[in-house]
Amino acid sequence: MAETATIAPAPVGAQAGGRAHIPPERKPPFRAVWQKHWRMYVMMMPAIILLLLFNAYPIWGIAIAFVDYNPFQGLAGSEFVGLEHFKRFFAAPNAFNLFRNTLFIAIGKIIAGQVVALVFALILNQVRVRLFQRAVQTATTLPHFLSWIIIGGIMVQALATTGIVNKGLMALGFPAVRFLGDAALFPWTMIGLETWKEFGWGAVLYLAALTAINPELYEAAAVDGAGRWKREWHITLPGIAPMIILLSALSLGGILNAGFEQILILINPVTYRTGDVLDTFVYREGLLAAKFSLGTAVGLFRSVIGLGMILFSWWLADRLANYRIF
Amino acid sequence: MIQERHLGDVIADAIIYVVLALLAITCLLPFLNLLATSLSSLSAIEAGKVGLWPVGFQLDNYGYSLADPLLLNSLRISILRVAAGVLLTLMITAITAYPLSQDHIHLPGRDFFKGIMLFFSMFSGGLVPTFMAYKSLGLLDNFAVLVAPTAFSIFSTIILINFFRGLPREMSESALLDGASEFEVLRWIYLPLSKPALATLSLFSAVHHWNSWFDGIVYMRTSENWPLQSLIYVRVITRQLQWDSAAGRGATGGSGSAELMRLFEDATPEGLAAAMIAFAAIPIILVYPFVQRYFVTGLTLGSIKE
Repeated sequence: MAETATIAPAPVGAQAGGRAHIPPERKPPFRAVWQKHWRMYVMMMPAIILLLLFNAYPIWGIAIAFVDYNPFQGLAGSEFVGLEHFKRFFAAPNAFNLFRNTLFIAIGKIIAGQVVALVFALILNQVRVRLFQRAVQTATTLPHFLSWIIIGGIMVQALATTGIVNKGLMALGFPAVRFLGDAALFPWTMIGLETWKEFGWGAVLYLAALTAINPELYEAAAVDGAGRWKREWHITLPGIAPMIILLSALSLGGILNAGFEQILILINPVTYRTGDVLDTFVYREGLLAAKFSLGTAVGLFRSVIGLGMILFSWWLADRLANYRIF
Repeated sequence: MIQERHLGDVIADAIIYVVLALLAITCLLPFLNLLATSLSSLSAIEAGKVGLWPVGFQLDNYGYSLADPLLLNSLRISILRVAAGVLLTLMITAITAYPLSQDHIHLPGRDFFKGIMLFFSMFSGGLVPTFMAYKSLGLLDNFAVLVAPTAFSIFSTIILINFFRGLPREMSESALLDGASEFEVLRWIYLPLSKPALATLSLFSAVHHWNSWFDGIVYMRTSENWPLQSLIYVRVITRQLQWDSAAGRGATGGSGSAELMRLFEDATPEGLAAAMIAFAAIPIILVYPFVQRYFVTGLTLGSIKE
């Protein structure tokens, strides 16, 4: 859900208003607020309880990273080892691979996804036949709503050497390609599949921004003799530049999201070298192989960097495009 | 006004239409191939003759899939999960978004709550601590683990907050003056006015629950508790087609294993896999074209409106 963050307008005046020249009002005492608005607090209560239970309580388990966790004795009965698990992980030969794979696949997906979605939106915006436009948009956004289980299950067969894609390639005279079995190719396959699955959905916000451009601008430019490409260049691109900047800034928050579900479903031991990422490593080693302390340590490191990147992306979005989450 | 069109424009338009049509087709072909494979005969699949149309049409693959006792069971769990999940998320989202959207009312502590909420939308303890915590809460093999942790959706709440903020304040204020409680204002004024937004959020939530599979794999130790897509993960992705259902445990496991093995010998893995995946894909493919606009408005809800 992270990548579908809402684009909310900055609450103009919500913070600035009322503060400037009026002398600070006396805040009513909490008892008075409670008496009048206790129902508001009741309404917030279920969400608070859910947050505490399912989001806050697990934070406590981060302590597992700093002990030699023994599930039978619990945290209290496990020996404290400090940063030992972090040190051991970073000293291991595959740590570098994991970071490189994670960054490579994630950045590749961000760039390819943004570029293809933007170009696609620009092209689709040229279409004046509404029915055609809507049909194309329906078809291209469909894969976004199907899980990686469905897409992965199809692709495992479609991309096999005997699959329908390779049959097509061979019919055209190309050699068969091992999309999922060749370690050198695997990261590119991940980037390509993700881009294919998401470009239609990624274009939705761009299309919304495109339809918001005042059509009179185009008419005026046409009267002034601007041709099609000139109009695109001088009206369309400046018109959606804020959206491009905003979405690019926000996408930085996902710089460690290489796509856990996709990779977990499509990876196999042959492609670990180039395809294994931090998230799949944490699942396989930390949970399946029961190296709980190592898994927690790597997961924590990943969470902290991820948090930093999201904060940075929001700060950037605020600076460049006046974006606020609320 | 009829504009004079240059030849270059006409050619450019033609290219645009062809490219877009090809792109749209590329997005649909894999699913046509899936349906065709699931409906084709064993020999046609093995000979690799199936493209976009079934060859040797038959329904055996679906029959074999349904012979897997876990399939209907997992479908039942998925449907239950969607129903319970959507209902719960909708209720929690509505009652949370209302107080958070009433900026003009001074509520001490609200900003702190917003901050905490935002923090947890960015940061989690990670997979292992979360697993340990849920385990200690007794959530392993518990249906609640599929719906409760996502019942409060920060994403949905933010969308609804923005929608509520756009509603006229006069109606609710006069209702409050007339002695209505805030519960009543939400129930009888805000919710009826928010039907489009609530429909959108329900759809997002329904798709999320229908598609989720990882929580089923991690937290459900008994195969009888798996939702459909978790079952597909085990059967199709990890290729444990003859999964020994918890080693002969009770109703499904007992005679299931041997019988399943025998059944699967008669079918191709590709055909079976296609049929199982089709069970998961068809509901979305059939419904999506009719509700697409709700999803699109949902995504743009916050950005268009000022």
